[in-house]
Amino acid sequence: MKRPEPVGVIKQRRDAALARLVGGVPYISWLGIAFERKGDELTATLPFAEKLIGNPMLPAIHGGVTAAFLESTATMELAWQMLWDVVESKQLDPEEITAETMPRLPKTIDFTVDYLRPGLPRDAYARARVVRSGRRYASVQVEAWQDNRGKLFAAATGHFLMPSRDG
Amino acid sequence: MPEQGPDRKAEIARQFIEAIPHSRELGMRLEEIGGGVAVISMPWDARFVGDPKTGVIHGGAVSALMDTCCGAAVISAEKTPGQTATLDLRIDYMRPATPGQRIVARATCYHVTRSVAFVRAVAHDDDAEVPVASAAGAFTAGSGEDRRPSTEAIS
Repeated sequence: MKRPEPVGVIKQRRDAALARLVGGVPYISWLGIAFERKGDELTATLPFAEKLIGNPMLPAIHGGVTAAFLESTATMELAWQMLWDVVESKQLDPEEITAETMPRLPKTIDFTVDYLRPGLPRDAYARARVVRSGRRYASVQVEAWQDNRGKLFAAATGHFLMPSRDG
Repeated sequence: MPEQGPDRKAEIARQFIEAIPHSRELGMRLEEIGGGVAVISMPWDARFVGDPKTGVIHGGAVSALMDTCCGAAVISAEKTPGQTATLDLRIDYMRPATPGQRIVARATCYHVTRSVAFVRAVAHDDDAEVPVASAAGAFTAGSGEDRRPSTEAIS
Protein backbone atom coordinates (compact mmCIF):
# COMPACT_ATOMS: atom_id res chain seq x y z
CA MET A 1 0.00 0.00 0.00
CA LYS A 2 1.24 3.49 -0.87
CA ARG A 3 2.02 5.71 2.10
CA PRO A 4 0.01 8.96 2.18
CA GLU A 5 1.94 12.09 1.26
CA PRO A 6 3.36 14.08 4.19
CA VAL A 7 0.97 16.89 5.17
CA GLY A 8 3.65 19.54 4.67
CA VAL A 9 4.17 18.49 1.06
CA ILE A 10 0.46 18.63 0.31
CA LYS A 11 0.01 22.04 1.94
CA GLN A 12 3.02 23.51 0.20
CA ARG A 13 1.82 22.27 -3.19
CA ARG A 14 -1.69 23.69 -2.74
CA ASP A 15 -0.56 27.01 -1.25
CA ALA A 16 2.00 27.47 -4.01
CA ALA A 17 -0.62 26.80 -6.69
CA LEU A 18 -3.05 29.28 -5.09
CA ALA A 19 -0.34 31.94 -4.74
CA ARG A 20 0.59 31.58 -8.44
CA LEU A 21 -3.06 31.83 -9.47
CA VAL A 22 -3.90 34.92 -7.39
CA GLY A 23 -0.53 36.59 -7.98
CA GLY A 24 -1.09 36.36 -11.73
CA VAL A 25 -3.93 38.89 -11.73
CA PRO A 26 -2.65 42.49 -11.39
CA TYR A 27 -6.06 44.01 -10.56
CA ILE A 28 -6.61 41.62 -7.62
CA SER A 29 -3.23 42.62 -6.17
CA TRP A 30 -3.98 46.30 -6.76
CA LEU A 31 -7.25 46.07 -4.80
CA GLY A 32 -5.36 44.18 -2.07
CA ILE A 33 -7.55 41.05 -2.14
CA ALA A 34 -6.05 37.99 -0.42
CA PHE A 35 -7.33 34.39 -0.46
CA GLU A 36 -7.25 32.06 2.51
CA ARG A 37 -7.49 28.31 1.91
CA LYS A 38 -9.00 25.57 4.08
CA GLY A 39 -8.70 22.37 2.07
CA ASP A 40 -10.20 23.40 -1.25
CA GLU A 41 -12.43 26.10 0.29
CA LEU A 42 -11.44 29.70 -0.34
CA THR A 43 -12.31 32.84 1.60
CA ALA A 44 -11.43 36.19 0.08
CA THR A 45 -10.44 39.18 2.23
CA LEU A 46 -10.50 42.79 1.10
CA PRO A 47 -8.57 44.87 3.66
CA PHE A 48 -9.97 48.39 3.94
CA ALA A 49 -7.97 51.16 2.27
CA GLU A 50 -8.69 54.85 1.62
CA LYS A 51 -8.51 54.31 -2.14
CA LEU A 52 -11.55 51.99 -1.97
CA ILE A 53 -13.91 54.75 -0.75
CA GLY A 54 -16.86 55.66 -2.92
CA ASN A 55 -18.72 58.01 -0.62
CA PRO A 56 -16.33 60.17 1.43
CA MET A 57 -19.20 61.61 3.52
CA LEU A 58 -20.32 58.34 5.14
CA PRO A 59 -17.62 57.02 4.39
CA ALA A 60 -18.51 53.86 2.47
CA ILE A 61 -16.72 51.46 0.12
CA HIS A 62 -17.34 52.22 -3.58
CA GLY A 63 -20.08 50.06 -5.13
CA GLY A 64 -17.68 49.29 -7.94
CA VAL A 65 -15.13 47.96 -5.45
CA THR A 66 -17.79 45.72 -3.94
CA ALA A 67 -18.69 44.42 -7.42
CA ALA A 68 -15.03 43.89 -8.27
CA PHE A 69 -14.41 42.07 -4.98
CA LEU A 70 -17.33 39.69 -5.54
CA GLU A 71 -16.48 39.12 -9.20
CA SER A 72 -12.85 38.38 -8.36
CA THR A 73 -13.97 35.93 -5.68
CA ALA A 74 -16.22 34.15 -8.20
CA THR A 75 -13.56 34.01 -10.94
CA MET A 76 -10.88 32.77 -8.55
CA GLU A 77 -13.21 30.09 -7.16
CA LEU A 78 -13.80 28.72 -10.67
CA ALA A 79 -10.14 28.99 -11.66
CA TRP A 80 -9.07 27.41 -8.37
CA GLN A 81 -11.32 24.39 -8.93
CA MET A 82 -9.76 23.87 -12.38
CA LEU A 83 -6.25 24.36 -11.05
CA TRP A 84 -6.91 22.06 -8.10
CA ASP A 85 -7.71 19.17 -10.44
CA VAL A 86 -4.60 19.80 -12.53
CA VAL A 87 -2.27 20.14 -9.54
CA GLU A 88 -3.70 17.31 -7.42
CA SER A 89 -3.52 14.86 -10.35
CA LYS A 90 0.15 15.89 -10.69
CA GLN A 91 -0.31 17.06 -14.27
CA LEU A 92 1.32 20.32 -13.27
CA ASP A 93 3.94 21.12 -10.64
CA PRO A 94 2.98 24.40 -8.89
CA GLU A 95 6.62 25.47 -8.89
CA GLU A 96 6.61 25.27 -12.66
CA ILE A 97 3.46 27.32 -13.20
CA THR A 98 4.14 30.28 -15.45
CA ALA A 99 1.81 32.69 -17.27
CA GLU A 100 2.05 30.22 -20.17
CA THR A 101 1.22 26.99 -18.34
CA MET A 102 -1.44 28.48 -16.02
CA PRO A 103 -4.93 27.31 -17.03
CA ARG A 104 -6.83 30.13 -18.75
CA LEU A 105 -9.19 32.14 -16.55
CA PRO A 106 -12.99 31.93 -17.02
CA LYS A 107 -14.57 34.95 -18.73
CA THR A 108 -17.47 36.80 -17.12
CA ILE A 109 -20.63 36.75 -19.24
CA ASP A 110 -22.79 38.69 -16.81
CA PHE A 111 -22.65 39.64 -13.15
CA THR A 112 -25.45 41.00 -10.93
CA VAL A 113 -24.77 42.52 -7.53
CA ASP A 114 -27.35 43.14 -4.79
CA TYR A 115 -26.23 45.92 -2.46
CA LEU A 116 -27.76 44.97 0.88
CA ARG A 117 -25.97 47.41 3.21
CA PRO A 118 -23.35 50.11 2.77
CA GLY A 119 -19.80 48.75 2.73
CA LEU A 120 -18.31 50.12 5.94
CA PRO A 121 -14.72 51.38 6.18
CA ARG A 122 -13.32 48.08 7.44
CA ASP A 123 -12.23 44.68 6.09
CA ALA A 124 -14.67 42.67 3.99
CA TYR A 125 -14.87 38.93 3.37
CA ALA A 126 -16.44 36.86 0.59
CA ARG A 127 -17.05 33.27 -0.36
CA ALA A 128 -18.26 31.92 -3.70
CA ARG A 129 -20.31 28.82 -4.41
CA VAL A 130 -20.27 27.20 -7.84
CA VAL A 131 -23.94 26.38 -8.41
CA ARG A 132 -23.33 24.68 -11.70
CA SER A 133 -20.21 24.11 -13.74
CA GLY A 134 -20.59 22.61 -17.18
CA ARG A 135 -18.11 22.20 -20.00
CA ARG A 136 -18.77 25.70 -21.39
CA TYR A 137 -20.81 27.63 -18.85
CA ALA A 138 -20.71 28.06 -15.09
CA SER A 139 -23.10 29.73 -12.66
CA VAL A 140 -21.68 31.13 -9.43
CA GLN A 141 -23.17 32.78 -6.33
CA VAL A 142 -21.12 34.98 -4.02
CA GLU A 143 -21.80 36.34 -0.52
CA ALA A 144 -19.88 39.16 1.15
CA TRP A 145 -19.94 40.30 4.75
CA GLN A 146 -17.98 42.46 7.18
CA ASP A 147 -18.41 42.09 10.93
CA ASN A 148 -21.06 39.39 11.07
CA ARG A 149 -21.11 36.36 8.79
CA GLY A 150 -24.92 36.35 8.94
CA LYS A 151 -25.30 40.00 7.91
CA LEU A 152 -24.37 40.18 4.25
CA PHE A 153 -23.54 43.61 2.84
CA ALA A 154 -23.61 42.33 -0.74
CA ALA A 155 -24.55 39.21 -2.68
CA ALA A 156 -24.04 38.44 -6.35
CA THR A 157 -24.77 35.90 -9.02
CA GLY A 158 -22.87 35.56 -12.26
CA HIS A 159 -22.42 33.46 -15.37
CA PHE A 160 -19.04 32.58 -16.78
CA LEU A 161 -17.64 31.14 -19.99
CA MET A 162 -15.20 28.36 -19.14
CA PRO A 163 -11.94 28.14 -21.11
CA SER A 164 -11.69 25.19 -23.48
CA ARG A 165 -9.73 22.45 -21.75
CA ASP A 166 -7.72 21.45 -24.80
CA GLY A 167 -5.90 24.80 -24.96
CA MET B 1 -31.85 77.42 -0.37
CA PRO B 2 -29.74 77.35 -3.53
CA GLU B 3 -31.54 77.02 -6.82
CA GLN B 4 -31.86 73.42 -8.06
CA GLY B 5 -32.04 74.03 -11.82
CA PRO B 6 -30.45 71.69 -14.36
CA ASP B 7 -27.13 73.57 -14.33
CA ARG B 8 -26.99 73.58 -10.55
CA LYS B 9 -27.73 69.82 -10.46
CA ALA B 10 -25.04 69.14 -13.04
CA GLU B 11 -22.59 71.12 -10.91
CA ILE B 12 -23.53 69.18 -7.75
CA ALA B 13 -23.09 65.91 -9.65
CA ARG B 14 -19.71 67.02 -11.02
CA GLN B 15 -18.42 67.96 -7.56
CA PHE B 16 -19.75 64.72 -6.11
CA ILE B 17 -18.16 62.51 -8.77
CA GLU B 18 -14.83 64.31 -8.72
CA ALA B 19 -14.61 63.83 -4.93
CA ILE B 20 -14.84 60.02 -5.08
CA PRO B 21 -11.46 58.62 -4.01
CA HIS B 22 -11.83 55.27 -5.80
CA SER B 23 -12.90 56.84 -9.09
CA ARG B 24 -9.90 59.16 -8.93
CA GLU B 25 -7.62 56.17 -8.26
CA LEU B 26 -8.94 54.52 -11.42
CA GLY B 27 -8.25 57.71 -13.39
CA MET B 28 -11.90 58.33 -14.26
CA ARG B 29 -12.72 61.54 -16.13
CA LEU B 30 -16.15 63.12 -16.26
CA GLU B 31 -16.79 63.93 -19.91
CA GLU B 32 -20.40 65.03 -19.87
CA ILE B 33 -23.15 65.44 -17.27
CA GLY B 34 -26.67 66.79 -16.97
CA GLY B 35 -30.35 65.96 -17.29
CA GLY B 36 -29.98 62.37 -16.14
CA VAL B 37 -27.16 61.51 -18.55
CA ALA B 38 -23.52 61.02 -17.60
CA VAL B 39 -20.47 60.12 -19.69
CA ILE B 40 -17.32 59.01 -17.84
CA SER B 41 -14.12 57.57 -19.28
CA MET B 42 -11.34 55.46 -17.76
CA PRO B 43 -7.84 54.89 -19.17
CA TRP B 44 -6.21 51.49 -19.74
CA ASP B 45 -3.68 50.83 -16.97
CA ALA B 46 -1.43 47.80 -16.42
CA ARG B 47 -2.45 47.73 -12.73
CA PHE B 48 -6.10 47.11 -13.66
CA VAL B 49 -5.46 44.11 -15.93
CA GLY B 50 -7.51 41.00 -15.19
CA ASP B 51 -5.89 38.52 -17.56
CA PRO B 52 -2.12 38.94 -17.92
CA LYS B 53 -2.13 36.68 -21.00
CA THR B 54 -4.22 39.18 -22.96
CA GLY B 55 -3.70 42.46 -21.09
CA VAL B 56 -7.48 42.94 -20.94
CA ILE B 57 -8.84 45.17 -18.14
CA HIS B 58 -10.53 43.27 -15.28
CA GLY B 59 -14.32 43.19 -15.32
CA GLY B 60 -14.25 44.65 -11.81
CA ALA B 61 -12.69 47.88 -13.03
CA VAL B 62 -15.38 48.08 -15.73
CA SER B 63 -17.96 47.53 -12.94
CA ALA B 64 -16.52 50.45 -10.98
CA LEU B 65 -16.75 52.66 -14.07
CA MET B 66 -20.36 51.56 -14.73
CA ASP B 67 -21.39 52.05 -11.10
CA THR B 68 -19.85 55.53 -10.93
CA CYS B 69 -21.37 56.54 -14.27
CA CYS B 70 -24.84 55.26 -13.32
CA GLY B 71 -24.68 57.03 -9.95
CA ALA B 72 -23.64 60.27 -11.67
CA ALA B 73 -26.58 59.99 -14.08
CA VAL B 74 -28.97 59.57 -11.13
CA ILE B 75 -27.60 62.59 -9.24
CA SER B 76 -27.80 64.76 -12.36
CA ALA B 77 -31.45 63.82 -13.02
CA GLU B 78 -34.26 66.14 -12.00
CA LYS B 79 -36.25 65.14 -8.89
CA THR B 80 -33.37 63.22 -7.26
CA PRO B 81 -31.45 64.30 -4.13
CA GLY B 82 -27.76 65.16 -4.39
CA GLN B 83 -26.70 61.67 -3.36
CA THR B 84 -27.56 58.08 -4.18
CA ALA B 85 -26.62 54.47 -3.41
CA THR B 86 -26.69 51.40 -5.63
CA LEU B 87 -29.49 48.92 -4.90
CA ASP B 88 -28.53 46.50 -7.63
CA LEU B 89 -26.46 46.54 -10.77
CA ARG B 90 -26.24 43.96 -13.54
CA ILE B 91 -23.40 44.08 -16.02
CA ASP B 92 -23.23 42.15 -19.30
CA TYR B 93 -19.80 41.74 -20.81
CA MET B 94 -20.12 41.61 -24.60
CA ARG B 95 -16.46 41.50 -25.54
CA PRO B 96 -13.03 42.18 -24.01
CA ALA B 97 -11.97 45.84 -24.10
CA THR B 98 -8.96 46.35 -26.37
CA PRO B 99 -5.79 46.81 -24.26
CA GLY B 100 -4.36 50.32 -24.42
CA GLN B 101 -7.67 51.99 -25.25
CA ARG B 102 -9.83 54.24 -23.03
CA ILE B 103 -13.21 52.84 -22.00
CA VAL B 104 -16.08 55.33 -22.21
CA ALA B 105 -19.36 54.68 -20.37
CA ARG B 106 -22.61 56.52 -21.05
CA ALA B 107 -25.39 56.13 -18.47
CA THR B 108 -29.00 57.29 -18.73
CA CYS B 109 -31.32 57.61 -15.77
CA TYR B 110 -34.55 56.84 -17.65
CA HIS B 111 -37.09 56.77 -14.83
CA VAL B 112 -37.33 58.17 -11.31
CA THR B 113 -39.96 57.37 -8.69
CA ARG B 114 -40.20 58.87 -5.19
CA SER B 115 -37.65 56.35 -3.93
CA VAL B 116 -35.98 54.59 -6.86
CA ALA B 117 -34.03 55.66 -9.95
CA PHE B 118 -33.69 53.26 -12.90
CA VAL B 119 -30.54 53.44 -14.98
CA ARG B 120 -29.05 51.90 -18.14
CA ALA B 121 -25.48 52.22 -19.35
CA VAL B 122 -23.29 51.18 -22.27
CA ALA B 123 -19.48 51.14 -22.46
CA HIS B 124 -17.27 51.32 -25.57
CA ASP B 125 -13.59 51.47 -26.41
CA ASP B 126 -12.27 53.01 -29.65
CA ASP B 127 -14.59 50.74 -31.65
CA ALA B 128 -17.91 52.52 -31.29
CA GLU B 129 -19.80 49.83 -33.22
CA VAL B 130 -19.76 46.95 -30.73
CA PRO B 131 -20.16 47.76 -27.01
CA VAL B 132 -17.70 46.32 -24.50
CA ALA B 133 -20.33 46.05 -21.78
CA SER B 134 -23.82 47.17 -20.84
CA ALA B 135 -25.41 47.68 -17.44
CA ALA B 136 -28.85 48.00 -15.87
CA GLY B 137 -29.46 49.01 -12.30
CA ALA B 138 -31.69 50.45 -9.61
CA PHE B 139 -30.43 53.24 -7.34
CA THR B 140 -31.89 54.98 -4.30
CA ALA B 141 -33.62 58.27 -5.05
CA GLY B 142 -35.13 59.05 -1.66
CA SER B 143 -33.59 60.73 1.37
CA GLY B 144 -31.42 57.64 1.81
CA GLU B 145 -32.51 57.26 5.46
CA ASP B 146 -32.35 53.47 5.57
CA ARG B 147 -29.14 53.26 3.55
CA ARG B 148 -26.97 54.90 6.18
CA PRO B 149 -24.80 52.63 8.29
CA SER B 150 -26.83 51.81 11.38
CA THR B 151 -25.33 52.61 14.76
CA GLU B 152 -25.62 48.91 15.49
CA ALA B 153 -23.35 48.13 12.55
CA ILE B 154 -20.85 50.77 13.59
CA SER B 155 -20.48 49.64 17.19
